[in-house]
Amino acid sequence: MKEPSIRRRIIYDKVFKKIIILLTFCSILPMLFLLFFITSKGISVINWNFLTQLPKPVGEIGGGISNAIIGTLMLIGIGTAFSVPVGILAGIFLSENRKGTLASLTRLCVETLQGVPSIVIGIIAYIWLVVSMGSFSALSGGVALGLMMLPVIITATEQTLKLIPGSLKEASLALGVSYPRTILKVILPAGLSGIATGILLSIARVAGETAPLLFTAFGSPFMNLHVLKPINSLPLMIFNYATSPYPEWHTLAWGASFILIILVLALNLFTKVVTKRWKVQF
Amino acid sequence: MESTVLKIEKFSAFFGENQVLKEVSLSIPQNRITAIMGPSGCGKTTLIRCINRMHELIPDARVSGKIFLDNEDIYATDPIIVRRQIGMVFQKPNPFPMMSIYDNVIAGYNLNGIRLAKDEKDRIVEESLRKAALWDEVKESLYRRGTFLSGGQQQRLCIARALAMGPAVLLLDEPTSALDPKATSHIEELIVQLKDTVSIVLVTHNMAQAARVSDFAAFVYLGELVEFGPSGRMFTAPKDKRTEAYLMGKFG
Repeated sequence: MKEPSIRRRIIYDKVFKKIIILLTFCSILPMLFLLFFITSKGISVINWNFLTQLPKPVGEIGGGISNAIIGTLMLIGIGTAFSVPVGILAGIFLSENRKGTLASLTRLCVETLQGVPSIVIGIIAYIWLVVSMGSFSALSGGVALGLMMLPVIITATEQTLKLIPGSLKEASLALGVSYPRTILKVILPAGLSGIATGILLSIARVAGETAPLLFTAFGSPFMNLHVLKPINSLPLMIFNYATSPYPEWHTLAWGASFILIILVLALNLFTKVVTKRWKVQF
Repeated sequence: MESTVLKIEKFSAFFGENQVLKEVSLSIPQNRITAIMGPSGCGKTTLIRCINRMHELIPDARVSGKIFLDNEDIYATDPIIVRRQIGMVFQKPNPFPMMSIYDNVIAGYNLNGIRLAKDEKDRIVEESLRKAALWDEVKESLYRRGTFLSGGQQQRLCIARALAMGPAVLLLDEPTSALDPKATSHIEELIVQLKDTVSIVLVTHNMAQAARVSDFAAFVYLGELVEFGPSGRMFTAPKDKRTEAYLMGKFG
Protein backbone atom coordinates (compact mmCIF):
# COMPACT_ATOMS: atom_id res chain seq x y z
CA MET A 1 0.00 0.00 0.00
CA LYS A 2 2.64 2.49 1.06
CA GLU A 3 5.20 1.72 -1.60
CA PRO A 4 3.76 3.49 -4.66
CA SER A 5 2.90 6.68 -2.79
CA ILE A 6 6.41 6.99 -1.43
CA ARG A 7 7.84 6.38 -4.88
CA ARG A 8 5.60 9.11 -6.23
CA ARG A 9 6.85 11.51 -3.58
CA ILE A 10 10.45 10.76 -4.42
CA ILE A 11 9.73 11.45 -8.08
CA TYR A 12 7.95 14.71 -7.20
CA ASP A 13 10.92 15.65 -5.10
CA LYS A 14 13.37 15.11 -7.94
CA VAL A 15 11.23 16.84 -10.54
CA PHE A 16 10.76 19.82 -8.27
CA LYS A 17 14.50 20.17 -7.70
CA LYS A 18 15.15 19.95 -11.46
CA ILE A 19 12.55 22.65 -12.13
CA ILE A 20 14.13 24.96 -9.59
CA ILE A 21 17.55 24.51 -11.16
CA LEU A 22 16.12 25.08 -14.63
CA LEU A 23 14.34 28.28 -13.61
CA THR A 24 17.42 29.59 -11.84
CA PHE A 25 19.40 28.99 -15.01
CA CYS A 26 16.73 30.83 -17.03
CA SER A 27 17.10 33.85 -14.79
CA ILE A 28 20.83 34.14 -15.39
CA LEU A 29 20.52 33.57 -19.15
CA PRO A 30 19.61 37.19 -20.05
CA MET A 31 22.62 38.40 -18.07
CA LEU A 32 24.92 35.96 -19.89
CA PHE A 33 23.51 36.92 -23.29
CA LEU A 34 23.92 40.58 -22.48
CA LEU A 35 27.51 40.15 -21.41
CA PHE A 36 28.31 38.04 -24.46
CA PHE A 37 26.63 40.42 -26.89
CA ILE A 38 28.23 43.57 -25.52
CA THR A 39 31.62 41.93 -25.22
CA SER A 40 31.57 40.60 -28.78
CA LYS A 41 30.48 43.99 -30.17
CA GLY A 42 32.52 46.20 -27.90
CA ILE A 43 35.81 44.45 -27.22
CA SER A 44 37.16 45.03 -30.75
CA VAL A 45 37.40 48.82 -30.21
CA ILE A 46 39.01 48.61 -26.81
CA ASN A 47 42.66 49.62 -26.83
CA TRP A 48 44.86 52.11 -25.07
CA ASN A 49 43.90 54.99 -27.36
CA PHE A 50 40.22 54.30 -26.82
CA LEU A 51 40.68 54.72 -23.11
CA THR A 52 43.01 57.72 -23.20
CA GLN A 53 42.00 59.84 -26.19
CA LEU A 54 39.26 62.39 -26.64
CA PRO A 55 36.44 61.82 -29.13
CA LYS A 56 37.21 62.92 -32.67
CA PRO A 57 34.88 64.73 -35.07
CA VAL A 58 32.73 62.73 -37.45
CA GLY A 59 34.71 61.31 -40.34
CA GLU A 60 38.00 60.94 -38.52
CA ILE A 61 39.02 57.42 -37.62
CA GLY A 62 39.66 56.51 -34.00
CA GLY A 63 39.09 58.71 -31.01
CA GLY A 64 38.46 57.66 -27.46
CA ILE A 65 36.19 58.13 -24.52
CA SER A 66 38.62 59.40 -21.88
CA ASN A 67 36.45 62.44 -21.12
CA ALA A 68 33.39 60.23 -20.55
CA ILE A 69 35.29 57.91 -18.20
CA ILE A 70 36.64 60.84 -16.18
CA GLY A 71 33.21 62.47 -16.28
CA THR A 72 31.45 59.38 -14.97
CA LEU A 73 33.98 59.10 -12.14
CA MET A 74 33.53 62.77 -11.27
CA LEU A 75 29.74 62.53 -11.32
CA ILE A 76 29.84 59.46 -9.09
CA GLY A 77 32.28 61.23 -6.80
CA ILE A 78 30.03 64.28 -6.45
CA GLY A 79 26.95 62.12 -5.96
CA THR A 80 28.70 60.03 -3.31
CA ALA A 81 30.07 63.04 -1.47
CA PHE A 82 26.59 64.47 -1.28
CA SER A 83 24.52 61.36 -0.59
CA VAL A 84 26.73 59.33 1.77
CA PRO A 85 26.77 61.72 4.76
CA VAL A 86 23.10 62.61 4.39
CA GLY A 87 22.11 59.00 3.74
CA ILE A 88 24.01 57.52 6.68
CA LEU A 89 22.75 60.17 9.09
CA ALA A 90 19.15 59.70 7.93
CA GLY A 91 19.60 55.92 8.21
CA ILE A 92 20.89 56.30 11.77
CA PHE A 93 17.93 58.50 12.62
CA LEU A 94 15.46 55.94 11.24
CA SER A 95 17.03 52.98 13.01
CA GLU A 96 17.21 54.90 16.29
CA ASN A 97 13.64 56.20 16.02
CA ARG A 98 11.44 53.33 14.94
CA LYS A 99 8.28 55.22 15.82
CA GLY A 100 7.37 58.88 15.75
CA THR A 101 5.91 61.28 13.22
CA LEU A 102 9.18 62.51 11.79
CA ALA A 103 10.46 58.95 11.37
CA SER A 104 7.39 57.67 9.55
CA LEU A 105 7.28 60.81 7.42
CA THR A 106 10.96 60.31 6.54
CA ARG A 107 10.34 56.67 5.72
CA LEU A 108 7.46 57.65 3.43
CA CYS A 109 9.67 60.20 1.69
CA VAL A 110 12.48 57.70 1.22
CA GLU A 111 10.12 55.15 -0.29
CA THR A 112 8.64 57.79 -2.56
CA LEU A 113 12.06 59.05 -3.61
CA GLN A 114 13.00 55.47 -4.48
CA GLY A 115 10.03 55.32 -6.85
CA VAL A 116 10.51 58.71 -8.53
CA PRO A 117 11.45 58.20 -12.19
CA SER A 118 15.04 59.17 -12.88
CA ILE A 119 14.01 61.69 -15.53
CA VAL A 120 11.99 63.57 -12.90
CA ILE A 121 15.02 63.63 -10.63
CA GLY A 122 16.90 65.15 -13.56
CA ILE A 123 14.26 67.85 -13.96
CA ILE A 124 14.44 68.66 -10.25
CA ALA A 125 18.21 69.02 -10.37
CA TYR A 126 17.77 71.12 -13.51
CA ILE A 127 15.40 73.51 -11.76
CA TRP A 128 17.40 73.65 -8.56
CA LEU A 129 20.87 74.02 -9.95
CA VAL A 130 21.04 74.46 -13.71
CA VAL A 131 18.44 77.23 -13.87
CA SER A 132 19.63 79.01 -10.76
CA MET A 133 23.32 78.82 -11.68
CA GLY A 134 22.71 79.50 -15.35
CA SER A 135 24.69 76.60 -16.79
CA PHE A 136 24.69 72.84 -17.22
CA SER A 137 27.26 71.45 -14.85
CA ALA A 138 28.94 68.40 -13.41
CA LEU A 139 27.69 69.57 -10.02
CA SER A 140 24.02 69.42 -11.02
CA GLY A 141 24.52 65.97 -12.60
CA GLY A 142 26.26 64.72 -9.49
CA VAL A 143 23.49 66.02 -7.28
CA ALA A 144 20.90 64.30 -9.48
CA LEU A 145 22.78 61.01 -9.14
CA GLY A 146 23.17 61.64 -5.41
CA LEU A 147 19.42 62.05 -5.08
CA MET A 148 18.99 58.65 -6.70
CA MET A 149 21.59 57.07 -4.41
CA LEU A 150 20.07 58.57 -1.30
CA PRO A 151 17.14 56.17 -0.72
CA VAL A 152 19.34 53.12 -1.34
CA ILE A 153 21.92 54.29 1.21
CA ILE A 154 19.29 55.31 3.77
CA THR A 155 17.49 51.98 3.54
CA ALA A 156 20.71 49.95 3.66
CA THR A 157 21.95 51.90 6.71
CA GLU A 158 18.62 51.61 8.52
CA GLN A 159 18.25 47.88 7.87
CA THR A 160 21.85 47.14 8.83
CA LEU A 161 21.75 49.11 12.06
CA LYS A 162 18.39 47.62 13.02
CA LEU A 163 20.01 44.18 13.05
CA ILE A 164 22.74 45.21 15.49
CA PRO A 165 21.78 43.85 18.91
CA GLY A 166 20.73 46.45 21.46
CA SER A 167 23.10 44.86 23.96
CA LEU A 168 26.01 46.43 22.08
CA LYS A 169 24.64 49.90 22.60
CA GLU A 170 23.99 49.10 26.26
CA ALA A 171 27.55 47.86 26.67
CA SER A 172 28.89 51.14 25.39
CA LEU A 173 26.51 53.40 27.32
CA ALA A 174 27.16 51.44 30.52
CA LEU A 175 30.84 52.37 30.19
CA GLY A 176 29.85 56.00 30.41
CA VAL A 177 30.26 56.60 26.69
CA SER A 178 28.07 59.42 25.41
CA TYR A 179 25.28 58.70 22.94
CA PRO A 180 26.94 60.35 19.91
CA ARG A 181 30.20 58.51 20.55
CA THR A 182 28.30 55.25 21.00
CA ILE A 183 26.67 55.71 17.60
CA LEU A 184 29.86 56.78 15.83
CA LYS A 185 32.35 54.43 17.45
CA VAL A 186 30.33 51.32 18.26
CA ILE A 187 27.15 51.12 16.21
CA LEU A 188 28.50 52.44 12.90
CA PRO A 189 31.66 50.28 12.88
CA ALA A 190 29.55 47.23 13.71
CA GLY A 191 27.37 47.99 10.69
CA LEU A 192 30.19 49.02 8.38
CA SER A 193 29.88 46.04 6.06
CA GLY A 194 26.18 46.56 5.43
CA ILE A 195 26.50 50.31 4.97
CA ALA A 196 29.46 49.96 2.59
CA THR A 197 27.48 47.40 0.62
CA GLY A 198 24.59 49.84 0.34
CA ILE A 199 26.87 52.62 -0.88
CA LEU A 200 28.58 50.43 -3.47
CA LEU A 201 25.29 49.06 -4.76
CA SER A 202 23.87 52.55 -5.03
CA ILE A 203 26.93 53.59 -7.05
CA ALA A 204 26.53 50.56 -9.31
CA ARG A 205 22.90 51.52 -9.74
CA VAL A 206 23.50 55.12 -10.83
CA ALA A 207 26.69 54.53 -12.83
CA GLY A 208 24.58 53.70 -15.86
CA GLU A 209 21.89 56.34 -15.42
CA THR A 210 21.32 58.53 -18.47
CA ALA A 211 18.03 60.28 -17.91
CA PRO A 212 18.97 62.42 -14.90
CA LEU A 213 22.07 63.62 -16.74
CA LEU A 214 20.37 64.71 -19.97
CA PHE A 215 19.72 68.24 -18.79
CA THR A 216 22.14 68.48 -15.92
CA ALA A 217 25.60 67.20 -16.86
CA PHE A 218 24.46 67.59 -20.48
CA GLY A 219 27.51 66.01 -22.09
CA SER A 220 30.55 67.54 -23.72
CA PRO A 221 33.04 66.55 -26.40
CA PHE A 222 35.90 68.01 -24.37
CA MET A 223 37.83 66.97 -21.34
CA ASN A 224 36.44 68.96 -18.44
CA LEU A 225 37.51 68.86 -14.82
CA HIS A 226 35.54 71.89 -13.70
CA VAL A 227 32.51 71.04 -11.54
CA LEU A 228 30.52 74.04 -12.76
CA LYS A 229 30.84 73.21 -16.47
CA PRO A 230 29.03 70.59 -18.58
CA ILE A 231 30.65 67.21 -18.46
CA ASN A 232 30.44 63.98 -20.42
CA SER A 233 29.59 60.61 -18.95
CA LEU A 234 29.60 57.06 -20.27
CA PRO A 235 25.82 56.57 -20.45
CA LEU A 236 25.30 60.04 -21.95
CA MET A 237 27.93 59.35 -24.55
CA ILE A 238 26.41 55.95 -25.35
CA PHE A 239 23.03 57.64 -25.77
CA ASN A 240 24.38 60.38 -28.02
CA TYR A 241 26.56 58.09 -30.14
CA ALA A 242 24.03 55.28 -30.45
CA THR A 243 21.32 57.65 -31.66
CA SER A 244 23.66 59.28 -34.16
CA PRO A 245 23.54 58.32 -37.87
CA TYR A 246 27.27 57.48 -38.09
CA PRO A 247 28.32 53.79 -38.02
CA GLU A 248 31.78 54.54 -36.58
CA TRP A 249 30.11 56.29 -33.61
CA HIS A 250 27.93 53.23 -33.13
CA THR A 251 31.06 51.16 -32.71
CA LEU A 252 32.40 53.62 -30.14
CA ALA A 253 29.08 53.38 -28.30
CA TRP A 254 29.50 49.59 -28.10
CA GLY A 255 32.97 50.05 -26.70
CA ALA A 256 31.70 52.52 -24.11
CA SER A 257 28.90 50.10 -23.19
CA PHE A 258 31.49 47.42 -22.63
CA ILE A 259 33.52 49.67 -20.33
CA LEU A 260 30.40 50.67 -18.42
CA ILE A 261 29.31 47.10 -17.90
CA ILE A 262 32.78 46.10 -16.74
CA LEU A 263 32.67 48.99 -14.29
CA VAL A 264 29.32 47.91 -12.86
CA LEU A 265 30.37 44.26 -12.74
CA ALA A 266 33.60 45.18 -10.94
CA LEU A 267 31.64 47.26 -8.43
CA ASN A 268 29.32 44.36 -7.71
CA LEU A 269 32.21 41.92 -7.24
CA PHE A 270 33.98 44.43 -5.01
CA THR A 271 30.79 44.75 -2.98
CA LYS A 272 30.78 41.01 -2.38
CA VAL A 273 34.38 41.12 -1.16
CA VAL A 274 33.63 44.05 1.15
CA THR A 275 30.55 42.35 2.56
CA LYS A 276 32.58 39.27 3.41
CA ARG A 277 35.68 41.03 4.68
CA TRP A 278 34.08 43.57 6.96
CA LYS A 279 31.36 41.31 8.25
CA VAL A 280 31.11 41.54 12.04
CA GLN A 281 29.99 38.42 13.85
CA PHE A 282 27.79 39.13 16.84
CA MET B 1 28.27 48.91 61.36
CA GLU B 2 29.01 48.47 57.65
CA SER B 3 29.90 51.57 55.69
CA THR B 4 27.48 52.34 52.92
CA VAL B 5 28.47 52.98 49.32
CA LEU B 6 25.04 53.37 47.77
CA LYS B 7 22.01 54.73 49.54
CA ILE B 8 18.65 54.29 47.87
CA GLU B 9 15.87 56.41 49.36
CA LYS B 10 12.14 56.01 48.71
CA PHE B 11 12.87 55.13 45.12
CA SER B 12 10.02 54.50 42.69
CA ALA B 13 10.20 53.77 38.98
CA PHE B 14 7.45 53.95 36.37
CA PHE B 15 7.23 52.79 32.78
CA GLY B 16 4.38 54.87 31.44
CA GLU B 17 1.45 54.27 33.76
CA ASN B 18 3.02 51.14 35.15
CA GLN B 19 4.71 51.45 38.56
CA VAL B 20 7.57 48.96 38.60
CA LEU B 21 9.29 49.94 41.85
CA LYS B 22 7.45 51.12 44.94
CA GLU B 23 9.34 53.34 47.38
CA VAL B 24 12.36 51.12 47.71
CA SER B 25 14.83 52.16 50.40
CA LEU B 26 18.08 50.26 50.65
CA SER B 27 21.67 50.80 51.74
CA ILE B 28 24.27 48.89 49.77
CA PRO B 29 27.30 48.18 51.99
CA GLN B 30 30.81 48.89 50.80
CA ASN B 31 33.05 46.04 49.60
CA ARG B 32 30.33 43.50 50.11
CA ILE B 33 28.24 41.45 47.73
CA THR B 34 24.59 42.36 47.88
CA ALA B 35 22.26 39.97 46.12
CA ILE B 36 18.90 41.15 44.88
CA MET B 37 16.50 38.26 44.51
CA GLY B 38 12.96 37.93 43.39
CA PRO B 39 10.73 36.23 40.86
CA SER B 40 10.75 37.30 37.20
CA GLY B 41 9.15 40.67 36.63
CA CYS B 42 9.45 41.78 40.24
CA GLY B 43 11.52 44.83 39.31
CA LYS B 44 14.95 43.67 40.40
CA THR B 45 16.57 44.37 37.05
CA THR B 46 14.82 47.73 36.87
CA LEU B 47 16.23 48.53 40.30
CA ILE B 48 19.85 48.02 39.30
CA ARG B 49 19.34 49.69 35.93
CA CYS B 50 18.11 52.74 37.82
CA ILE B 51 21.32 52.71 39.85
CA ASN B 52 23.42 53.56 36.79
CA ARG B 53 20.54 55.26 34.99
CA MET B 54 20.40 52.72 32.16
CA HIS B 55 16.61 52.73 32.46
CA GLU B 56 16.70 56.11 30.74
CA LEU B 57 17.12 54.27 27.43
CA ILE B 58 13.44 53.42 27.65
CA PRO B 59 11.51 56.43 26.38
CA ASP B 60 8.64 56.71 28.87
CA ALA B 61 10.55 55.68 32.00
CA ARG B 62 10.53 58.06 34.94
CA VAL B 63 11.59 57.79 38.56
CA SER B 64 11.10 59.47 41.90
CA GLY B 65 13.16 59.27 45.07
CA LYS B 66 16.91 59.49 45.40
CA ILE B 67 20.00 57.37 45.04
CA PHE B 68 23.27 58.53 46.59
CA LEU B 69 26.71 57.29 45.66
CA ASP B 70 29.08 58.37 48.43
CA ASN B 71 26.61 61.14 49.39
CA GLU B 72 26.41 62.35 45.80
CA ASP B 73 22.91 62.33 44.31
CA ILE B 74 23.33 60.35 41.08
CA TYR B 75 20.20 61.92 39.62
CA ALA B 76 21.82 65.32 39.98
CA THR B 77 24.95 64.10 38.18
CA ASP B 78 25.45 63.58 34.46
CA PRO B 79 24.59 59.93 33.62
CA ILE B 80 27.91 59.64 31.76
CA ILE B 81 29.81 60.37 34.98
CA VAL B 82 27.53 58.05 36.97
CA ARG B 83 28.12 55.16 34.58
CA ARG B 84 31.88 55.53 34.79
CA GLN B 85 31.65 55.12 38.57
CA ILE B 86 29.04 52.39 38.51
CA GLY B 87 29.97 49.63 36.08
CA MET B 88 27.54 47.09 34.74
CA VAL B 89 27.69 43.53 33.42
CA PHE B 90 24.69 42.19 31.56
CA GLN B 91 22.82 38.89 31.32
CA LYS B 92 24.29 37.96 27.98
CA PRO B 93 28.00 38.53 27.43
CA ASN B 94 28.28 41.50 25.07
CA PRO B 95 31.89 42.12 24.11
CA PHE B 96 32.32 44.57 21.21
CA PRO B 97 32.45 42.23 18.21
CA MET B 98 34.67 44.42 16.07
CA MET B 99 37.35 44.82 18.73
CA SER B 100 40.21 42.65 19.94
CA ILE B 101 40.34 41.41 23.53
CA TYR B 102 42.81 44.18 24.34
CA ASP B 103 40.61 46.86 22.79
CA ASN B 104 37.55 45.51 24.54
CA VAL B 105 39.17 45.93 27.93
CA ILE B 106 40.39 49.43 27.19
CA ALA B 107 37.17 50.35 25.34
CA GLY B 108 35.88 52.52 28.19
CA TYR B 109 38.87 54.82 27.70
CA ASN B 110 39.11 54.65 23.91
CA LEU B 111 35.40 55.21 23.29
CA ASN B 112 35.33 58.10 25.75
CA GLY B 113 38.23 59.71 23.93
CA ILE B 114 40.50 59.49 26.99
CA ARG B 115 44.06 59.33 25.73
CA LEU B 116 46.49 57.15 27.62
CA ALA B 117 50.12 56.28 27.05
CA LYS B 118 50.71 52.81 25.60
CA ASP B 119 52.31 51.42 28.77
CA GLU B 120 49.51 52.88 30.86
CA LYS B 121 47.00 51.07 28.64
CA ASP B 122 49.00 47.85 28.84
CA ARG B 123 48.99 48.12 32.62
CA ILE B 124 45.23 48.69 32.86
CA VAL B 125 44.50 45.83 30.45
CA GLU B 126 46.71 43.36 32.30
CA GLU B 127 45.46 44.44 35.71
CA SER B 128 41.78 44.27 34.70
CA LEU B 129 42.19 40.90 33.02
CA ARG B 130 44.01 39.57 36.08
CA LYS B 131 41.24 40.81 38.34
CA ALA B 132 38.71 39.13 36.08
CA ALA B 133 40.74 35.89 36.24
CA LEU B 134 41.12 35.86 32.49
CA TRP B 135 44.71 36.98 32.00
CA ASP B 136 46.31 33.55 31.94
CA GLU B 137 43.85 32.30 29.35
CA VAL B 138 44.14 35.20 26.94
CA LYS B 139 47.59 36.72 27.41
CA GLU B 140 48.79 34.98 24.24
CA SER B 141 45.84 36.14 22.16
CA LEU B 142 45.20 39.71 23.29
CA TYR B 143 44.86 40.92 19.72
CA ARG B 144 42.30 38.36 18.62
CA ARG B 145 38.64 39.26 18.47
CA GLY B 146 36.82 38.98 21.79
CA THR B 147 34.03 37.01 20.16
CA PHE B 148 36.33 33.99 19.67
CA LEU B 149 36.18 33.31 23.40
CA SER B 150 33.77 30.91 25.06
CA GLY B 151 30.63 32.29 26.72
CA GLY B 152 32.13 32.22 30.20
CA GLN B 153 35.34 33.85 29.01
CA GLN B 154 33.35 36.51 27.19
CA GLN B 155 31.48 37.28 30.39
CA ARG B 156 34.77 37.61 32.29
CA LEU B 157 36.00 39.86 29.49
CA CYS B 158 32.93 42.04 30.06
CA ILE B 159 33.74 42.11 33.78
CA ALA B 160 37.32 43.13 32.97
CA ARG B 161 36.00 45.85 30.68
CA ALA B 162 33.84 47.22 33.50
CA LEU B 163 36.69 46.95 36.05
CA ALA B 164 39.08 48.82 33.78
CA MET B 165 37.18 52.03 34.46
CA GLY B 166 37.91 51.61 38.17
CA PRO B 167 34.28 51.78 39.27
CA ALA B 168 33.17 52.12 42.90
CA VAL B 169 30.24 49.79 42.35
CA LEU B 170 29.78 46.89 39.94
CA LEU B 171 26.25 45.94 38.98
CA LEU B 172 25.81 42.37 37.78
CA ASP B 173 22.50 41.64 36.08
CA GLU B 174 22.08 37.85 36.22
CA PRO B 175 25.63 37.46 34.94
CA THR B 176 25.52 33.67 34.76
CA SER B 177 22.04 33.03 33.40
CA ALA B 178 23.41 32.42 29.89
CA LEU B 179 26.30 30.22 31.05
CA ASP B 180 26.83 26.53 31.75
CA PRO B 181 27.42 25.28 35.34
CA LYS B 182 31.21 25.20 35.05
CA ALA B 183 31.47 28.74 33.71
CA THR B 184 28.94 29.78 36.34
CA SER B 185 31.02 28.51 39.24
CA HIS B 186 34.05 30.22 37.70
CA ILE B 187 32.22 33.55 37.66
CA GLU B 188 30.94 33.03 41.20
CA GLU B 189 34.47 32.47 42.50
CA LEU B 190 35.54 35.56 40.66
CA ILE B 191 32.73 37.66 42.16
CA VAL B 192 33.79 36.67 45.66
CA GLN B 193 37.40 37.62 44.93
CA LEU B 194 36.33 40.96 43.51
CA LYS B 195 34.66 42.34 46.60
CA ASP B 196 37.99 43.57 47.94
CA THR B 197 38.24 46.00 45.03
CA VAL B 198 34.67 46.95 44.36
CA SER B 199 31.22 46.87 45.95
CA ILE B 200 28.99 44.45 44.11
CA VAL B 201 25.26 44.36 43.50
CA LEU B 202 24.21 41.04 42.04
CA VAL B 203 20.77 40.47 40.59
CA THR B 204 19.87 36.83 40.39
CA HIS B 205 16.82 34.62 40.37
CA ASN B 206 19.04 31.73 41.39
CA MET B 207 18.61 31.48 45.16
CA ALA B 208 21.40 28.96 45.54
CA GLN B 209 23.76 31.39 43.85
CA ALA B 210 22.68 34.22 46.11
CA ALA B 211 23.23 32.00 49.14
CA ARG B 212 26.66 30.91 47.91
CA VAL B 213 28.18 34.28 47.14
CA SER B 214 26.34 37.11 48.85
CA ASP B 215 26.99 38.84 52.17
CA PHE B 216 23.70 40.68 52.12
CA ALA B 217 20.48 39.82 50.39
CA ALA B 218 17.41 41.77 49.39
CA PHE B 219 14.13 40.20 48.39
CA VAL B 220 12.02 42.19 45.96
CA TYR B 221 8.46 41.18 45.19
CA LEU B 222 5.98 43.03 42.97
CA GLY B 223 8.15 46.13 43.01
CA GLU B 224 8.44 46.25 46.77
CA LEU B 225 11.50 45.62 48.89
CA VAL B 226 10.17 42.91 51.18
CA GLU B 227 13.22 42.15 53.21
CA PHE B 228 16.87 43.09 53.41
CA GLY B 229 19.53 41.74 55.70
CA PRO B 230 22.67 39.65 56.09
CA SER B 231 22.44 36.61 53.82
CA GLY B 232 23.19 34.18 56.61
CA ARG B 233 20.14 35.27 58.55
CA MET B 234 17.92 35.77 55.55
CA PHE B 235 18.38 32.26 54.19
CA THR B 236 17.96 30.55 57.56
CA ALA B 237 15.43 32.71 59.36
CA PRO B 238 13.55 35.05 57.01
CA LYS B 239 11.36 37.55 58.81
CA ASP B 240 8.70 38.01 56.20
CA LYS B 241 6.26 35.28 55.16
CA ARG B 242 6.68 36.15 51.48
CA THR B 243 10.45 35.78 51.67
CA GLU B 244 10.03 32.45 53.37
CA ALA B 245 7.55 31.26 50.73
CA TYR B 246 9.92 32.34 47.96
CA LEU B 247 12.93 30.69 49.55
CA MET B 248 10.92 27.50 50.03
CA GLY B 249 10.20 27.53 46.32
CA LYS B 250 6.47 28.10 46.68
CA PHE B 251 6.53 30.69 43.91
CA GLY B 252 9.11 32.27 41.69
